[in-house]
Amino acid sequence: MALTNDHTVKAFDEDLNRLRGLISEMGGRAEQALLQAMNALNSGDLDLAAQVVRDDKKIDALEAEVEQLAVQTIALRAPMADDLREMIAALKIVSVVERIGDYGKNIAKRVALMDQTRSIEAIPLLMSMSNIVVELIHDALDSFAARDAELAVRVTVRDKSVDDFYNSIFRTLVTFMMENPKYISESAHLLFVAKNLERMGDHATNIAEMVHYVVTGERMEERERGDRPEDGAAEQEKA
Amino acid sequence: MTQEDLTISDPKMKAHSVNVFYGEKQAINDVSIDVGTDLVTAFIGPSGCGKSTFLRSLNRMNDTVASARVTGQIELDGEDIYAPSMDVVQLRARVGMVFQKPNPFPKSIYDNVGYGPRIHGLAPNKADLDVIVERALVRAGLWDEVKDRLAESGTALSGGQQQRLCIARAIAVDPEVILMDEPCSALDPIATAKIEELIHELRGKYAIVIVTHNMQQAARVSQRTAFFHLGTLVEYGKTTDIFTNPRQERTKDYITGRYG
Repeated sequence: MALTNDHTVKAFDEDLNRLRGLISEMGGRAEQALLQAMNALNSGDLDLAAQVVRDDKKIDALEAEVEQLAVQTIALRAPMADDLREMIAALKIVSVVERIGDYGKNIAKRVALMDQTRSIEAIPLLMSMSNIVVELIHDALDSFAARDAELAVRVTVRDKSVDDFYNSIFRTLVTFMMENPKYISESAHLLFVAKNLERMGDHATNIAEMVHYVVTGERMEERERGDRPEDGAAEQEKA
Repeated sequence: MTQEDLTISDPKMKAHSVNVFYGEKQAINDVSIDVGTDLVTAFIGPSGCGKSTFLRSLNRMNDTVASARVTGQIELDGEDIYAPSMDVVQLRARVGMVFQKPNPFPKSIYDNVGYGPRIHGLAPNKADLDVIVERALVRAGLWDEVKDRLAESGTALSGGQQQRLCIARAIAVDPEVILMDEPCSALDPIATAKIEELIHELRGKYAIVIVTHNMQQAARVSQRTAFFHLGTLVEYGKTTDIFTNPRQERTKDYITGRYG
C-alpha cells in the first residue's frame, strides 16, 4: 500500500509526504478557523473574529503551495495509478478546503454586525451544528491522511445530520423573526451562518468522495452516500 | 478518447495456455491473450519478465533459438501457427517484426524496402516494386526525407530514420501484424515521437504489438496493455484502466515505481 510500500525513487516519496503534510496543515487551519469563528460569534469576541479573517491568508497561501507542488510532481515524476489519483485529488481537495476557510472567514466577519446585547436562541443550535461540521471536516481529512475509504463513506452519511440541523435552524429563525421583527437583521446573518455551515458539511462530503476515489479508484456509489444534501435543504427552503 | 469495450470481438491473434522453455528453464508460464485487429497492444514488465520472449513466440522467432520450446496454442486468424503445415517464412511475412536496434541491411534504402516484396513474389516487375517501395516509405513517414537518395545505403541514415526504414521494410510485405520489440529504446525523444506518431497512423491497418520498457510510451501508443511478471501475465486490460486503476497489486507497484 501507499503508506508502507516506498517508491524506488525516494525523492518521489519525499514529494508525496510533503504534499500530504501541507494538506494536513491546511485542513487543520480551516478547522481551526471554523472553531474560532463560532467561538467569536458565541462570545462576541471581535479580536478573535478579526484574527480568523487575518489567518485566512495563510490558508490561501497553502493552497497555492500545494497546487504548485502537485503540478511540479506531475510534471517531474509522471505519477501513475493511485499516485496519479492522489495528485488529482490533492488539487481538488485544497480548493475545497480553501472554500471551507472562506466560509469560516465569512462567519467571523458577521460577528461585528451582530447586536451582542440580545441573545438569540438559534446560536446554541448553531454551536451544536458547527461541532458536527468540525468533526466532519476533521474526519474527512483524516480519511485522506489514512487512506481510509470506510471513514470517508461514514463522513458522507453523517452529513445528513448537518442538513437536518440546517432545516431545523431555518424554521427556528423564521419563527423568531416573525415574533421579533427588531432582530430580523441579526437573524438574517445567522441564517447565512447556518447556510455556511451546511455548505461546509457538503464540502467535507466532497473531500470524502475524493478520498474514496483515491483509495478505491471508483467513484462513491450513490447509495453509499446519505441523501443529497442540496436537494434536501433546497426543498425545505421552498416549503 | 472513445469508450472501447474490453472484449476483443475480432482478435487477430489468440494465444492459449502458452508456455515457453529455454532448455530446463521456463520463461513463459501459461499465458493466454487475444490481440485485437484494430488495436495497439503494449506488453510491459520488468527485465526478464518474459514479454519479449512471448512477443517472439507470436511469429516463431524463438524457432531460431535451439533450446527454445513452445507449448500451448497460438492462432493467427484461427490458424495454428505452430502447426506442421505452417510455412514459417510466410508466417513471418504476415507477422512482421521491428527490433530494438535498427538493423537495416547494408544495402541501398530502396533495396532494404524492396527486398522482402521481391523474394515473396509481390512485385512482378520494377514498376510494381517502385510503387510498393514508395508506399511503404510513405506509410513509414520516411518518404519525404529519402525520396531523393533511395540509392544511398540504409546504414547512412540517422538512428530514427533507420528504425522507420525497418518499419517500412516490415510494411512492404503487407503484413497483418507488426511486432515491435522496444523499437524506440535506442532513439532520442524526437525520433521516438515520430515512431509513436507512426504507430498511431498505422493503427487499424495492422494489428500492432509493442514491447516497451517505457511505461509512458505504452500509455501513449496503446489501447490495451498487458503486464508481465516472472513469466506470467499478471494483468491485461484497457490501457486507461491499467494506468489509472490497475486491479492487481503487482501491476500497481510496477507502474507507480514501487517495484523493488
